[in-house]
Amino acid sequence: MGGTRLGALGSRGIPLDDETTALELLEPGHAACPGCGAALAMRYALKGLGPRTFLVIPASCWSVIAGAWPNSSVRVPVLHVPFETAAAAASGVRAALDARGVEDVVVAAWAGDGGTFDIGFQALSAAAERNEDIIFFCYDNEGYMNTGIQRSSATPRGAWTTTTPTQAPKAEPKKPILEIMTAHGIPYAATATVAYPEDLIAKVRRARRVKGFRFIHILAPCPPGWKHDPSQTLRVTRLAVETGVFPLVEVDGGSWRMTRVPAGLPLREYLKLQGRFAHLMEHEVWELKEAVEARLRAVQARAGVQDNKT
Amino acid sequence: MGERKVLTGAYAAAEAVRLVQPDVVAIYPITPSTGVAERVADLCSEGKMRARLVRVESEHSAISVLMAASALGARTFSATSSQGLALMHEVLHWTAGARLPVVMVNANRGLAAPWVLGPDHQDSLSQRDTGWMQVYVASGQELLDTVVQAYRVAEEVLLPCLVCMDGFYISHTAEPLEVPSEEEVAAFLPPPPPRPGLDPNSPAAMGALVDGATYGRIRALEHRAMAEAEEAWARAEEEFARAFGRSYAALEGYRVEGAELLLLAMGTAASTARAAVDSLRDQGVAVGLVRLRRFRPFPSGALAAMVKGAARVAVLERSISPGHQGIVASEVRAALYPAPEGPEVSGFVLGMGGQDVTPEMVEEAAKAALKGEGREEVTWVGLD
Repeated sequence: MGGTRLGALGSRGIPLDDETTALELLEPGHAACPGCGAALAMRYALKGLGPRTFLVIPASCWSVIAGAWPNSSVRVPVLHVPFETAAAAASGVRAALDARGVEDVVVAAWAGDGGTFDIGFQALSAAAERNEDIIFFCYDNEGYMNTGIQRSSATPRGAWTTTTPTQAPKAEPKKPILEIMTAHGIPYAATATVAYPEDLIAKVRRARRVKGFRFIHILAPCPPGWKHDPSQTLRVTRLAVETGVFPLVEVDGGSWRMTRVPAGLPLREYLKLQGRFAHLMEHEVWELKEAVEARLRAVQARAGVQDNKT
Repeated sequence: MGERKVLTGAYAAAEAVRLVQPDVVAIYPITPSTGVAERVADLCSEGKMRARLVRVESEHSAISVLMAASALGARTFSATSSQGLALMHEVLHWTAGARLPVVMVNANRGLAAPWVLGPDHQDSLSQRDTGWMQVYVASGQELLDTVVQAYRVAEEVLLPCLVCMDGFYISHTAEPLEVPSEEEVAAFLPPPPPRPGLDPNSPAAMGALVDGATYGRIRALEHRAMAEAEEAWARAEEEFARAFGRSYAALEGYRVEGAELLLLAMGTAASTARAAVDSLRDQGVAVGLVRLRRFRPFPSGALAAMVKGAARVAVLERSISPGHQGIVASEVRAALYPAPEGPEVSGFVLGMGGQDVTPEMVEEAAKAALKGEGREEVTWVGLD
């Protein structure tokens, strides 16, 4: 699909080594749907985080994927917490570990887009402002998928969900969470996708070495929610990047970089694989395209990248 | 050696927190508990406390920080009031359900709407079924002592505890108090028990999805722990009395002997009621007082034993379950119901939102109860 690889634009991501590639902390018996982006996201994130990790998981698909008692699908400790508390609970775990003098364990909050963009946002913003020494992951499937596909503020404009039916699809654009989080002045933020695992893991490895509040936003498609074939998860995700819908970015110490230059594929290629956009009229696709290009230009400008289309 | 200090209730609570040396404290301001947060922040910055102090953005995050830290075995503390406690509600359930021995101080204050600052017990009694132990104190000294005891019991039976003081009447009133030394408290309060399971060396999950039967068993174990807490409180109070010379119990009786009518109250209203009892006794009325200190676990057996000789009990309370009756009256009636010869229970609601409870109001209620009033519905006292 073209595009330019990680590192070419000066990312500080720490590339994979054999040990990281081989490390498996997610067990095969997890409870995710076939083709689930969220399961892949965790698998790759744990490779970057390593075994000295403490997971804090609020209500989300991952409350289920992690396994029903007495099973657990991950080889690290998990504290399940209420929906809106991920960042506060992770702060509490960090405080308890600090009180005990445990410094080598990284505390990772692992929330969906509801637990990040919506109900978890107050605690998230506060933990970022306090510069808590935690990594906050948002695995973003662009809606409340665990409850059966309802709109969140991460749902893109034009998308169908059960609360934004095709007669009245989501009217508002996706909340720009990366810009909002970086505006907190946090030491590290990045976007990543399950389609580019090297990029994702390199960013997690980089984040693991930074002290303070770190935010990693992972696009993680949901086949039933996006209405795409489970076999197409990685293709859809790649197209999100290469059409410019989801730019891969790293904001390290406040300085923006794009870790991949999108190939500039037509937005239509991304939309047509997903039933949630099937109702869109020609002019609506055009509007979405304009918005995607405008956001991409804004990100490129912050990253000091020349717009490769002009 | 301890020392004598003049302290407000808020500062007394902070002194107690210094003495128990928690690992993690989360603070958020709300009237009238703010003084506790301010004083704890001072003590931490002065190096007199070693706690990690997390200055959160809401009470909801405060209890979430404590819940998570406690899950790793940390000793934790926060203080709140009213709206703040209500905001914590979901996580109060979570904390008790996970059997985490978090201790908090609640400075009681009425719940809006409309806005009100003064105390009633609606805020904490609304959290009755969250699985937290609840104790209502009547003085700054009792507050300080009870916070220390609460850690001892909470960490023994693995249940969280809310120590309630009337806002302003206790939180903002300075009294001379005995403040024990850290060494004395350390001898009374062992370190918190280690919490197995949440260690990267032997990873496990906590709070994961269960089926209904497992969930029911967990609730049954929690309920059983409350029964164990009854005994744990009695032991803790007894040992505390031996170590510090100040004794407390689930119920405190005053001039109970020979009383035809027993008044029952919680918190500072009980101190006023004591004065009313003296006045009524001087008038030849055979009246006594029961102060209910511990609300959860509810001391049903002790209550039945204490009121056994009385013909009537008049519950005076700052709380109501709209559409039913006074919350405390409801509890007292339920506790006494099986006794065929038990006393008749009248229920009076007064002093909501911090309206002063005067000795005259208490006498009015007592005289109404003696006439058999207030038995079937809520009787309001002190309203025009």
